Amino acid sequence: MSAPAYDLGRHPAALALVNRHRLRVWEPLPWILALAFYFAFPNHLGFGTDLLVTILFALSLDLALGYAGIVTLGHAAFFGAGAYTVGMLAHHGIWNEPISGLLMGASVAALIGFASGLILLRTTGLTLLMLTLCTMALLEEAANMGEKYTGGFDGLPNLPIPPLFGLFEFNPLYPRVQYLYVLGVLFLCFIFVRTLVYSPFGRSLTGIRENVLRMHAVGAPVNWRLVTCYTISAAIAGIAGGLWAQANAYVNLSTLSLDRAATVLIILVLGGYGRLYGAFIGAVVYMALSHFLAQVYPTAWQLGLGLMLVLIALFARNGVIGLWDMLRNRLMAKGATMRATKSGPS
Amino acid sequence: MTDPLLETRALSKSFGALAAARDINFRLERGARHALIGPNGAGKTTFINLLTGVFLPTQGKVLLEGRDITTMQQSARVKLGIARTFQINRLFRGLSVLDNVYMAVAERLGAGAQMMKPAGMRNDVVEEAMRLLDVLKLSDYAGHRVSELPYGRQRLVELAIALGLEPQVLLLDEPAAGVPSTESHIILDAVAALPKQIGVLIIDHDMDLVFRFAERITVLVGGAIFAEGTPKEIGADQRVRDVYLGKAHHG
Repeated sequence: MSAPAYDLGRHPAALALVNRHRLRVWEPLPWILALAFYFAFPNHLGFGTDLLVTILFALSLDLALGYAGIVTLGHAAFFGAGAYTVGMLAHHGIWNEPISGLLMGASVAALIGFASGLILLRTTGLTLLMLTLCTMALLEEAANMGEKYTGGFDGLPNLPIPPLFGLFEFNPLYPRVQYLYVLGVLFLCFIFVRTLVYSPFGRSLTGIRENVLRMHAVGAPVNWRLVTCYTISAAIAGIAGGLWAQANAYVNLSTLSLDRAATVLIILVLGGYGRLYGAFIGAVVYMALSHFLAQVYPTAWQLGLGLMLVLIALFARNGVIGLWDMLRNRLMAKGATMRATKSGPS
Repeated sequence: MTDPLLETRALSKSFGALAAARDINFRLERGARHALIGPNGAGKTTFINLLTGVFLPTQGKVLLEGRDITTMQQSARVKLGIARTFQINRLFRGLSVLDNVYMAVAERLGAGAQMMKPAGMRNDVVEEAMRLLDVLKLSDYAGHRVSELPYGRQRLVELAIALGLEPQVLLLDEPAAGVPSTESHIILDAVAALPKQIGVLIIDHDMDLVFRFAERITVLVGGAIFAEGTPKEIGADQRVRDVYLGKAHHG
């Protein structure tokens, strides 16, 4: 550029944009907590592993739904695709090394995401919602019917998963290795997603969500961006599914079910979508709450969850994180007025 | 004579039985200050939508510097230098003013597809967005959310986004519509200060704006060109006064 450099430092808004992606002080906290959980609750690592997988799955949905505004009720299609890829390859003795298996699961999920996205993403709103649901239902039924390969209704039990790096055994009763393995993969995926959402590409996804007509008018290839985002999101959901299959050493139809797709949606809404950490908060709140409620009210625990969801939908559209933001803004505004009144009438 | 910057030949568009554009032959020259006027429902916005590729015409051609772009996609036309503002604000309302302009500049500089670098580290994009805000005297509002701005300033953000695309052709769809008269001078000044080399087509009802700004005026009535000429000729044209200006004066 021939123009002289602009002094961005002298303008607060420009400075804020330049520094937006910088790591904030509290951001290591979730990872410290996750490691602390490993040492503090050695008997609950099965629950912990499940939680981490759910966080990763919710994170993948956040990219599509929260950032790009792709309304989907069929995200378990990709979770299941990843899980079944890993499961079938291992069960039929074709391939069972964990990490490369995960990558294959991601590739298959990405491929399905790409192919379906090319068609689906031309639609919006309710049509899109129904089509994503249909894609998932088709896959679920295919897994149900292809009994010879997928184990049908019973799924594939006792998958032979060899030790990680040939060293660390996956023990289904004491899932220490699984927990750390899933945590590691989640961390890498999170770094990737975080980089993505702060990039110009991520900004353009937000632009598409905020105003798709305007994005067309600034010359963005909107459809292509959406397909790219959907494919990446599908790949990450596939990794989550693959992890689930490896950690549990089995795969079944629940990985492709509407129940799973709806749950992850609830989790994201609960935590706050389009906010990166909504997946974490939502998964923790949802799973802790369902754990607790199921103990206290074994027959009617879902009622409690339903009520909470209604409250969130009515009073906290942006989820728990949104609620927190709102409270903080109110407090800060109040603080500002109090300081203003203290300093006397102006 | 070289090709005009933007040209339409026998351009027509029907929505069912409604002919929204009929046989429009139109030329926009390089660096032109051209206005398109006409009563409500004359097809002015339809015409803009045909030029930018929102609709495809039923018949006829759109040419940019002699090149046929009739069926070209919207985003591809933007890359060739056709930018527009919208009649009703179409901004990223939840984002800051700077973010809004960033989005346009990023697409023009090809940063929009970049995934692995933070948006803020594309200094070229941020710098250019800030420069544009300076030019339009919006930099004090750079950090504000668009939805917090008074309407007049929001219209300026529209203009900033369009200019961020570095257009050759700028289509302004009622830039001053809905802006209170106390603020409208902001828009008028900004439009008057647009870079000379851009060919500007402005649609507006505000006759002060049109006659102050335009060097050439096209009058559209019922989807067809009714008259065309210099402001003087149009102002003196009795037929135009009857169908359009006359009414405007009465009501």
